[in-house]
Amino acid sequence: MSTVSLKMAVQSLLRTRGGVHPPECKDTAAMPIQTIPTPTRLYLPLKQHIGASAKPDVVPLQLIRKGQILAHSQGSVSAHVHAPCSGHIADIVEHPAPHPSGLPMPTLEIENDGRDDMDEMPVAKHPHMLEPEDIVARVQAAGIVGLGGATFPSAVKMNLGQRKIVDTLVINGCECEPYLTCDDRLMQERPAAIADGIRIMAQALNIVGVPDVIIAIENNTPAAIAAMREATAGWRHVEVAPVPTQYPMGAEKQLVRFLTGREVPATKLLADVGVLVQNVGTAYAVHQALRDGLPLTHRIITVAGDAVERPGNYEVPIGMRVSDVLAHCGLRVDPARVVMGGPMMGNALSNPNAPVVKGTSGILALSADELKSAAERPCIRCAACVDACPMGLLPVTMATLLKSDKLDEAMGIGLSDCISCAACSYACPSNIPLVHYFNFGKGEFVARREAKRKDEEIRRLIEEHRTRVATVEREKAEAAAKRKAAMEKQKAEKEAA
Amino acid sequence: MIATILTMAAMGLILGLFLGISAHYLKVEAEPIVEEITAMLPGSNCGQCGFPGCTQAAAAIANREAPITLCPPGGKGVIDSLATRLGIDAPIGTAEMMPMLAYVREETCIGCTRCSKVCPTDAIVGAPKQIHAVINGACNGCRLCVDVCPTECLQLLPETISLDNWRWQRPAVAAAA
Repeated sequence: MSTVSLKMAVQSLLRTRGGVHPPECKDTAAMPIQTIPTPTRLYLPLKQHIGASAKPDVVPLQLIRKGQILAHSQGSVSAHVHAPCSGHIADIVEHPAPHPSGLPMPTLEIENDGRDDMDEMPVAKHPHMLEPEDIVARVQAAGIVGLGGATFPSAVKMNLGQRKIVDTLVINGCECEPYLTCDDRLMQERPAAIADGIRIMAQALNIVGVPDVIIAIENNTPAAIAAMREATAGWRHVEVAPVPTQYPMGAEKQLVRFLTGREVPATKLLADVGVLVQNVGTAYAVHQALRDGLPLTHRIITVAGDAVERPGNYEVPIGMRVSDVLAHCGLRVDPARVVMGGPMMGNALSNPNAPVVKGTSGILALSADELKSAAERPCIRCAACVDACPMGLLPVTMATLLKSDKLDEAMGIGLSDCISCAACSYACPSNIPLVHYFNFGKGEFVARREAKRKDEEIRRLIEEHRTRVATVEREKAEAAAKRKAAMEKQKAEKEAA
Repeated sequence: MIATILTMAAMGLILGLFLGISAHYLKVEAEPIVEEITAMLPGSNCGQCGFPGCTQAAAAIANREAPITLCPPGGKGVIDSLATRLGIDAPIGTAEMMPMLAYVREETCIGCTRCSKVCPTDAIVGAPKQIHAVINGACNGCRLCVDVCPTECLQLLPETISLDNWRWQRPAVAAAA
């Protein structure tokens, strides 16, 4: 056993918890990235990120150029939306969102004129030598969000480096979800661009010194590891670290714990332990924005699943409907389920007209054979879920508490720390939809908190209403008294005269 | 025998006196929990619980004469606050409760302004002979406006579900095999 794999084995033993090994199904890893031509209509949701919805700057029928900002970010956590093609705004409509509910959200509908008249962003001559604030501003102007799936606005994340001491930048190349290979292919085909993006992001964190950079890649993708090693050969502070193939290795907290041994306390951020994690796709987007002046308007997605005729990795414009993507790739059979994202944490789409958004890493058209649809059976208390949980929680206990609505007790044993990775549901031999219970519980917790906030607001409004009514009545009474006094005075004067 | 009776009588007197004095000096004015519970209730005195107002409802809850689920406008927020304060569990089914809000049927509203006058939270906007509208964020479904509307154009409906308030539903419990 070589020293590298020995080190990894020891790290695995000491620094990982739980995890599962679902079948990889990564046949698309060998397929080069292809480009899908921009369709005639694009649907750009105004909110493709965590935070506040962007506010449109355009009106229907307005002509637009490729790369133009169509909607500006609002508030401190938000991101711009740019045009992936030239043409005009057909309408601003309520269009189905790529969300498990399938509910609509405000969306810009764009008619593509096929000319691709481009507005490029201004680029600096040496973007990796800019001031950190300048890099963050440029990243924000490009509308970049975390492309690993969480879609947290990247500029906000990079700004954390200004407020907290970040000594390690982890580049996440672990694609632990089955089927997905878009990051793997990106690293194999465009390692130099990713490396450049990493260099720029490291410079953005160069406040008290250059941070150490660890590029973490799962050891089932040796071609990507080799490509990234070659692209960063001879760079100081940069290390390519192969990590064991296991789900959920690509989850931030798990990855950081494995690489650095640092664990994030509950309710704290990774930046609190001095680490920032960025996806390789994000690094590529940063490179494109700062070197080539291209805002985030396209991304690479994996299209896979048994129902797909021509699976593979495709570079698609953001805003393309899933149905259009599947039409381009062809369908062998009618898919039993269309999933956006990976099979573990992705969303089953109820409406295939939902568009590809910034956070879409893949589209899976699954056939009936691929779905695990066995009926739920009673819990046999085998604790397979406890062994699988990467956060060290007790899924079986939390689910039992949630079944009887004991929400506070479930929160008390760490429901808020659940990362919804679905490793417990995968491990359960009784097919209990454990992660569904936790999503329900966390949603209900938020709903109660919101309800309490509204109750407080209502009490304040009632109090203000009472004060207002009392003031109006007092003023009326005072005015009446004044009138009466004046009348009496007049009367008295008359009588005196 | 007599000594015992005297001793017991003396003890009774002394202790009785002590109790009487302490009852006088350490008197609890009102049950503090009633005040606390009143502060948790909306305070709109809408009467949907069957009590004349929120204070009476709070007294009933404090005496365990009324369930903590009695307040429809308060919804799950009030249930959760009460359950935490009283040390009991929120009943099963709390999660499925949807807040009810007032909605104006615009085709029948005649702009009589009666509803906006009774609204305890000033949630209804409108002027004479203009169609009225309800501000969702300020409405707590107290029903007072529904009762005064002469054309029955106000109705209480469950809050519209959008992406902002959508939550995962409870998984369907599988039938025992």
